[in-house]
Amino acid sequence: MFTRSVDPKYGALLAAAVAVLAMPSVALADGYPAQFEFGAPASNQDIAAVAIAIAPDGKGLPAGKGDHAAGKRVYEAKCGDCHGATLQGVPGLPDMPAGAALRLIGGRGTLTTGNPVMTVESYWPYATTLFDYIRRAMPFQSPGSLNADELYAVSAYILAEGNVIDKTMVLDAQTLPRVQMPNRDGFIPDPRPEFFK
Amino acid sequence: MHSDDFEHDHQKTRAIDEALSRIGKPIPEAQARYVAALEDCECKEGMFALAATRRQLFGGAGVVAAVGMTTMLPGPAMAKAPPGAGEYPVQADSTKEQGRMMGADGGYGLRSQFETDVRWVNPTKTAGFSPLQNSYGTITPSGLHYERHHGGIPNIDPARHGLVIHGMVDRPMRYSLADLRRFPTVSRTYFMECSGTTGSEIMKAREPTAQRTHGLVSTSEWTGVPFSTLLKQTGLKPGAAWVLAEGADAAVMTRSVPIDKCLSDALIVFAQNGEAMRPEQGYPMRLFLPGWEGNISIKWLRRLEVSDKPFYTREETAKYSDLITTTGKSRIFTFTMEAKSVITFPSGEMKLPGAGFYEITGLAWSGRGKIARVEVSTDGGKSWHLASLQDPVLAISQTRFHFPWIWDGTAAVIQSRATDETGYSQPTHQQLIVERGPLESGSLFYHMNAVQSWGIAADGSVKNVHPLG
Repeated sequence: MFTRSVDPKYGALLAAAVAVLAMPSVALADGYPAQFEFGAPASNQDIAAVAIAIAPDGKGLPAGKGDHAAGKRVYEAKCGDCHGATLQGVPGLPDMPAGAALRLIGGRGTLTTGNPVMTVESYWPYATTLFDYIRRAMPFQSPGSLNADELYAVSAYILAEGNVIDKTMVLDAQTLPRVQMPNRDGFIPDPRPEFFK
Repeated sequence: MHSDDFEHDHQKTRAIDEALSRIGKPIPEAQARYVAALEDCECKEGMFALAATRRQLFGGAGVVAAVGMTTMLPGPAMAKAPPGAGEYPVQADSTKEQGRMMGADGGYGLRSQFETDVRWVNPTKTAGFSPLQNSYGTITPSGLHYERHHGGIPNIDPARHGLVIHGMVDRPMRYSLADLRRFPTVSRTYFMECSGTTGSEIMKAREPTAQRTHGLVSTSEWTGVPFSTLLKQTGLKPGAAWVLAEGADAAVMTRSVPIDKCLSDALIVFAQNGEAMRPEQGYPMRLFLPGWEGNISIKWLRRLEVSDKPFYTREETAKYSDLITTTGKSRIFTFTMEAKSVITFPSGEMKLPGAGFYEITGLAWSGRGKIARVEVSTDGGKSWHLASLQDPVLAISQTRFHFPWIWDGTAAVIQSRATDETGYSQPTHQQLIVERGPLESGSLFYHMNAVQSWGIAADGSVKNVHPLG
């Protein structure tokens, strides 16, 4: 039963959720079962096919490894057309709505200016996020097509070009989560305290 | 809206006024006979005027014959017509010949070929803006609902799509669209807004129309299953605190959601405005988090992973975080879309034909609940007056407001300011810049909800103006 397995601190929330479900407009009152028979148990195979997210702890990172030299080859073949030979984007490509999305490095020291340059180097708090994002969404023309070695390698290339890691560093499941990004402490979980009257 | 359109609308208004003035008076004899004929018709299964005509035309041969005939009728010429419409011949006198028979549209209704409003799509083809300036009421037609994509619009066969819920749950589950539809459902009318909406306007007026300044907000009636219902099936393990939501698009878009939101008003939605949700809204199923920034309501939802921590995905760190340039620090997980409003008429690029009466109207909304009041200024914020709010005023939905105004024909600046039921009022640009620091072009100022100004020149032309000059 659901309520037995939940952390007590969510008990009140659960009660609230159940209360919501019991409201007349939803009418989950008499006649509605607590459990429904719809859906199927998700198999390990079902889960493995889609569970690709990597959190900052690196849990779930695949086997494999790569460094700057290997990453340069991947980058030049699959990334440079959009992100540019110097990782600064390509003039002439449409300006991205969210700013310098194509620009991967540079911009340190600009976050306190009115024209911040927000790149992997200057802005992203976790190297795992870089790996995760490239794996799920890049290269643009063939997302999800890089293998684990290529992913580690191209991550190493971008981070080394941005002087975040040394060019000799090999990234793998153990070393990637330990990379300290320059803006690691730049984020505040803050639900916007502003209250305008 | 251009001046021609305005004149067209003006004529339309006069025609409507004329029609309204006849209410309560006898209808013409011909019309009375027509109505009487409808009431007498034998085709009670249909009760529609053209169905009766068709039955009469085909000599009562029956519905099957009639349907057989309609399938042979030529369809509308789609290529010539505006999007969403079909091109049909215009009759010289529509009262002197039968109208077209039913079925020519294939059974799915089209709008008039004389209506041309469409979404405006940005140059990078990542966002489509709803034409707010020509909107009526509060519901956005599904075909005009704003859209914002991070990897295009996937075309998903529901038979091959499943939603997997796993992680810190007792029973990992997989649900198909058919499974979801069997659960008890709820329908709720909610607005949705992209957190980047209006962001480029923070430092100066850039975009010409309400569509392009504010058009990444829309309202639909959404139907789906409460997320809490599904979590009740899977159970939650102790320590469950976040849920990663993931889409089946080319961006495999991901956001981390606090579990309390998932257990309160979050929905797994599969229908919009009474029919299956549109592909650009996430067909066959999406997450819907009422009142929160649009991108977190993951579309084409394929996976929900319960966790004890957020994942710090690219879309909640590199993007959709709020950099405070005065400190260099960024706020993350700033979910709620706060109170905001915009005057949709008159608004940018319209032209008023002359001094006189105008009904100012617009939309107001808040992710925190109901709109409590909307104030309108016609003197650039020196004085404010309460607008009337059109019923129903729903929580986390758009509210239509109206304000009567006599324009004296001199230059004016009109503004609206919304206050929600928590007492939060829309700030000015200056207040936001003081709180968060300036942010120039090329970057996005998320959660930008400052009071919008429209300047009206003495010649009646309306343009986007900025209070900071």
